[in-house]
Amino acid sequence: MNIIICIKQVPETTEVRINPETNTLIREGVKSIINPFDMYAIEEGVRLKEKLGGKVTVVTMGPPQAENALREAISLGADEAILVCDRAFAGSDTWATSYILSEVIRKIKDFDLIICGKQASDGDTAQVGPGISMHLDIPQVTYVKKIEDIKDKSMRVERMMEEGFEIIELPLPALLTVVKEINEPRLPSLKGMMRAKSAKINLWTQKELDLDPNNVGLNGSPTQVVKIFTPAQRTGGQMLSGEPHEIVEKLVALIKDEVN
Amino acid sequence: MNYYLSDEQKMVQDLARKIAQEKMIPVAAKYDITEEYPWDIIKIIADAGLFGLFIPEAYGGMGVGVLNLCLATEELSRACGGIAVCYAASALGTFPIVLFGNDEQNKKYLPDLAAGKKVAAFGITEPEAGSDASAIKTTARKEGNHYVLNGIKHFITNGGDAETYVVIAMTDKNRGARGASAFIVEKGTPGFTFGKKEEKLGIRASSTSELIFTDCKIPKENLLAKEGMGFIVTMKTFDMSRPGVAAQALGIAQGSLDVAVKYSRERVQFGKSISSFQGIQWMLADMATQVEASRALVYACAREIDNGEKDVAKDSAMAKMYASDVAMKVTTDAVQILGGYGYMKDYPAEKFMRDAKITQIYEGTNQIQRNIIALQLIKEAAKK
Repeated sequence: MNIIICIKQVPETTEVRINPETNTLIREGVKSIINPFDMYAIEEGVRLKEKLGGKVTVVTMGPPQAENALREAISLGADEAILVCDRAFAGSDTWATSYILSEVIRKIKDFDLIICGKQASDGDTAQVGPGISMHLDIPQVTYVKKIEDIKDKSMRVERMMEEGFEIIELPLPALLTVVKEINEPRLPSLKGMMRAKSAKINLWTQKELDLDPNNVGLNGSPTQVVKIFTPAQRTGGQMLSGEPHEIVEKLVALIKDEVN
Repeated sequence: MNYYLSDEQKMVQDLARKIAQEKMIPVAAKYDITEEYPWDIIKIIADAGLFGLFIPEAYGGMGVGVLNLCLATEELSRACGGIAVCYAASALGTFPIVLFGNDEQNKKYLPDLAAGKKVAAFGITEPEAGSDASAIKTTARKEGNHYVLNGIKHFITNGGDAETYVVIAMTDKNRGARGASAFIVEKGTPGFTFGKKEEKLGIRASSTSELIFTDCKIPKENLLAKEGMGFIVTMKTFDMSRPGVAAQALGIAQGSLDVAVKYSRERVQFGKSISSFQGIQWMLADMATQVEASRALVYACAREIDNGEKDVAKDSAMAKMYASDVAMKVTTDAVQILGGYGYMKDYPAEKFMRDAKITQIYEGTNQIQRNIIALQLIKEAAKK
């Protein structure tokens, strides 16, 4: 079973700061990590490989430092790593990103399963995984919480719903996005960390991929960011004290003030 | 302080820290109460590959030496001295095989110990032979192709949970200390049973049990080194393992210092955080300095061993003695800084203090360490 895991390097914080002038993320001083949901994708891929044989290839698109995320994935059991990195790809939205990644996967050719985390913790769109499957024209199941059974040409999975779950059978090759209920990711092993340190990271650029420039980067991105902003911090609020009827009077007065 | 660790050493440190922070801290208090052997954490440490650090690569280990073992032990002990000693005591039981095992013994026992599939233990202490190790009464009588063991070992860390034991027994009582020999004994061997499991003040996640040998027959191939070398095996093993106990003490001290610093910044009295009071600041400053000094001593000693220094008995004793005395002092002061809360089980300070005490006692009491240091000092002076 050859498995491809798509991962993303994200800032290690839920309080993302934004440069108000350029509308881009401030990355300085923020540690980068593998998107937490992708950790479950890596773990599931490595478990399948350990059970069924084959190999796990981990793919990411990002700036040169995204190499660190790939090395970490290798320390967790991935076999090969591809860094998709080119200035021409900068500014890609979810459409362009999923297109580029699908072309990367087309070029890898030999695969049975693609696994992604359900969404990235910075953008929270949950679009790139499904996008890849549409570009490749293969079946997808999102929010997978369990792989019940897997055979050469098909698999059965449980898809998490708000109430209960769906059981879906689908042919392979296919794409899954996984939720955190699917497993408990392992810690790296020392041998894995040492292997990761010296592992070769394959760099794929526009030169290798030769994609239509109109479909990648800002040019290939139909999404337009109109405005991006940090929501104003909630202030402390105001405590009203006194007897209930006094509090009600004060509250009504305050609301009236606010309305006027 | 920067100890200029290699990339590999930093990797070991990071990995152990991750295990300690993410997996051990959440369960440390639980195991302290239940006194159950922490198999789930042992498996995580094993999967990470930390059991094999000092075991040669040829036998499934990493072959990266004692400093790495100390770094791992220190980080694990920062979270829980009890769980960490299960790990460190397995190293203690494995060292005699690494140091004195022949190729056959190494092949048979080391790969499983390196992988953490099995845990080891070392058995020398007896009810009437503690600091005076030469008073041991357990005997090993040779009968054809076997040795027959009789006697009782007690206070054996990992006793009952370990699979592989190295046991010191008298093969020739008339020769005194030169009549002791070291044997590998496997759990499950007929005549080898476990007695009382101790209830302890600290390191309660670890097991401490009696080993009982009643006409326990083991193959003669299980003799380590040669007959009569039991105490040499023991002394050389302790020389290697004492930096590990020192590292355990160091980790416990650091862990309690971390708690004290954090608490002092959060706790408000007289309208200010107590960290703004000079009385607290001076305590913290002393604690941090002592911890750093003990770290410098432990790492330096481990580096000596890794560089093949022959006689490390004195330095290894210094590291063990100093780091454990510091651990006792620093953990006691940490409880003091936390005040009433420090005395309560809701905070980890009191556990660090309970866990610290044993490091002054086991693998040679600190009084015995001082004997070793003084004896060596005098010997060195006489040579000049």
